[in-house]
Order: sequence, then structure tokens, then C-alpha cells
Amino acid sequence: MIKHLRSAGDLDAATATLILDTAGEMAALAGREVKKLPTLRGRTVVNLFYEDSTRTRISFEAAAKRLSADVINFSAKGSSVSKGESLKDTALTLQAMGADAVVIRHSASGAPHRLSSWVDGSVINAGDGTHEHPTQALLDAYTMRSRLGRLAGLKVAIVGDVLHSRVARSNILLLTTLGAHVTLVGPPTLIPNDVAAALSPATKVSYDLDSVLPDMDVVMMLRVQTERMQDSYFPSAREYSRRYGLDLARMRRLPEHAIVMHPGPMNRGMEITPEVADSSRSTIVEQVANGVSARMAVLYLLLGGKA
Amino acid sequence: MASPRADTTSKIILGESDLHRVVDRIAHQILEKTSGATGTVLLGIPTRGVPLAQRLAARIHAFEDIDVPVGSLDITLYRDDLRLHATRALGKTELPGGGIDGRRVILVDDVLFSGRTVRAALDALNDVGRPSSVQLAVLVDRGHRELPIRADYVGKNIPTSPAESVRVSLTEVDGLDEVKLTGAEK
Repeated sequence: MIKHLRSAGDLDAATATLILDTAGEMAALAGREVKKLPTLRGRTVVNLFYEDSTRTRISFEAAAKRLSADVINFSAKGSSVSKGESLKDTALTLQAMGADAVVIRHSASGAPHRLSSWVDGSVINAGDGTHEHPTQALLDAYTMRSRLGRLAGLKVAIVGDVLHSRVARSNILLLTTLGAHVTLVGPPTLIPNDVAAALSPATKVSYDLDSVLPDMDVVMMLRVQTERMQDSYFPSAREYSRRYGLDLARMRRLPEHAIVMHPGPMNRGMEITPEVADSSRSTIVEQVANGVSARMAVLYLLLGGKA
Repeated sequence: MASPRADTTSKIILGESDLHRVVDRIAHQILEKTSGATGTVLLGIPTRGVPLAQRLAARIHAFEDIDVPVGSLDITLYRDDLRLHATRALGKTELPGGGIDGRRVILVDDVLFSGRTVRAALDALNDVGRPSSVQLAVLVDRGHRELPIRADYVGKNIPTSPAESVRVSLTEVDGLDEVKLTGAEK
């Protein structure tokens, strides 16, 4: 088993499949009256969050607690970081406290890689800048597999702000490893053509959502990340949602079995309409539940065995 | 999975027909000791406990036309030796419909050795329900217990040295039925 999960590219097909299978067993355990398992008793997991997050932090916390690990939550606000402490000094503090795993979210791409050279424990990337978010890709893949029964050969459209999306990058890597075919859709200003090709040469690019939809098994809508946009990438929010937003009319163009995904948080009315988000094809709430199972699987496989 | 039969340091303890007779006997003992297997659930411990539990249920059905619910109970997440080995893949836990609350649970495993697997199984059981009682059925008891645990139904007692290993093969998993003792001194 690998020691760190810094990138979805760290996972080969066998390891990724093992994580998804393990997540399946973890999900089965979630239905029980006693959800707690003794597996990681005595291990310490630090949630090191330099960026705001609700679902990812709560999801990691729930996952670690269900496996009986001790959880220390650290958020940059109200810590010594606001006094100017560097990531390295914070890392050394965690190291001295004996953290077995550090779950890190940071606004700087590559922060988990740097961190893994400073601590002895496992480092799990919970989102770094515009780089990667591997556990999101795992829970997305798990959701697709449990809804559609397979991943190999699936056609997946990732729609919207690919440029700023770590979710998209991790999904491109993981889905390609597992045999799915990814098409990126969005305005040319938000599709980094060369980056997509560098991650996976098989990735297709389209600027026309309507023509892509009838052929897809999965449509993954990305959040328009206005907080990361310094320039104007499209003329207006209204024009964006007219061309790339998923509404009922567009959803009807999808094949009967196709599902609609969104990593959250959603801008309802921007990239997705409320009717679509709340429809039976949408897996958005399921993705949150699956997130806990997928993260339990990652924590178990990284920390459960011999260090 | 099965090592070649030509291995000089290995000895077949139970052949195919012996193994079938032993399973039949355990099925009879269960019927006898539980007065007709009423309110009883068989839970196999993966990997080989699961097909064994299914076979026991099938034999009980053949003998007395009684349907005993069968399930599986994976104990990996409850093991006390997780940190001594590389991470293990998880097995399936599937409880029969109706659960185990208030029922007599018979845990089924292939080999009883240190007793640590059974200890983990008791912990796991505790988290999935509250059976009225718990019993243990094993195909082979090889001794060397490290915990105060004993089996209620034993297919065969095999005296071993700690250095030896007992290998149970079942058609469902390994493609043949036999029990083999390997590493024995000649």
C-alpha cells in the first residue's frame, strides 16, 4: 500500500480498485446501529485546514472517528498561523505531537508534497490550491460505480471551470486510470487544453455542451470558483449559465440512465438549476454520504497496517 | 492456492470424503445440541468459514428439512494484529434477514488456533446485534490457544507443533476439498 495520498496519480488501477472495494464494505457498515469500529484506536489524525471547508473537513472527521482514531482539528483561523507561523513550523509541531496522519487542505498547490517531507506520518491531500483533491475523485468514482455498475468504458463529461478545479484534475487522473473516458466541456477561457492533455492524452475537449450530452453516462458539473478568478473569464453569469449551465431542458438530452454529479458547494442557478440538483438523477447528496465511506477506506488502508 | 501434493513435508489429514463426513457430523451435532436448530443463525468468518457455514446449512436442510439462515461476519477491522502486517483487504459482512438479535449465533471457521480470530469475531458481533447465545464450530482445532476460548463443535482435533501450518482447502475457494498439515518434522 502507498504511504501518502497526495495525488490521484499516486494510485494505480489495482490500488484504486482496492480503495473503492474497501469503501463499499465501509458503506455497508454505515447502516448498522453501532457505526464505530475499533480499527484505528490509539492513532492520531490531524485535520490541518488552511482553507474554508465544510463537507470535506466534517467528512474526514466523521471517517476518522468512526474508525476510533483520535482527531485533532486545526484551522488556520485562530491558530498561530494568524501570527505568521510557517507551514514548516506547524508541520514540525504536529510531528512532535506524534500525528500518524495529516489531512491537509491548503490554498497553495503542492503544499501536501512539501508537508510529506517534513512529517513521518501519512499525508492525505484534502485539496491543494487548483492542483488536486484525490479523495473527492475517489468518492466520485465510487458513486459512479455504485450507480452505473462499472467504470471501464464510461463516458464522463466534466463541465465548467476546469481551469481552477482541483476536483477536475484528480478526476481526470483517476477516471483515466480506471478506464473511463473523460470529456472536458466549458468556455475556452476555462479549459486548460495543454494541462488536460498532459494529465491524460486521451482526454477530449469540447466547447459545446448540448452536442456532448446525448452520448454521456455521467455529467459532472463544477462550481464556478469566483474566489479564484482575478480576470473575467466570461462576459456575464447569465451568459455562462445559458451556455454551460445544466437545466431541465439540457438534462433531457442525456441518455435515460445518465447521472448528474456536483462536488459541492453549488451555485444554484449558475452552473446547475435547483430542479436538476434536486432531481432523482442527481447524486449530490449521495456523494456526501459516499465521501465518508471513501475516506474511511483511505484512512484504513494508509494507517491500518504496519507503519 | 493449494501447494503441490508432492511436497515431502506435508501430510493430508482429511481427504475429500473425510472432510464431507466431518461436515455431516458437525451438522448432526448442531441439530442435536440446539434441539433442531431453532432460532439459530450460522455466521461464517471469511474466507473459508463462509462456504463451510453454507455447507452446514445445506446438510442440515438435507437431514431435517430445516432452513437455517446463513451469513458472513468479517473480522478484519477488529483484529488485534493489524499493525503487525501490511493492510489487509476487507471481507464481506452479510447478516441474514431478521438479523441476529435474540438468536443463537454459531460462528463457523476453518481452523481454531490462537483464538484471536474468535475474540475479534465476538467483538464484531457485539457491534451488529445482541444474540441470545454464541457458539463456535470449527473444522479443525490445532491447539496452541492464547486466549480462554474453546469450540462447541470440532470437526477434527489435530495435534500440531507451533511451527507447522494447517491448510484447509475448500472447493468453493481453492478448487478441491482437503486438510493438509505442512512443515512437519519427519
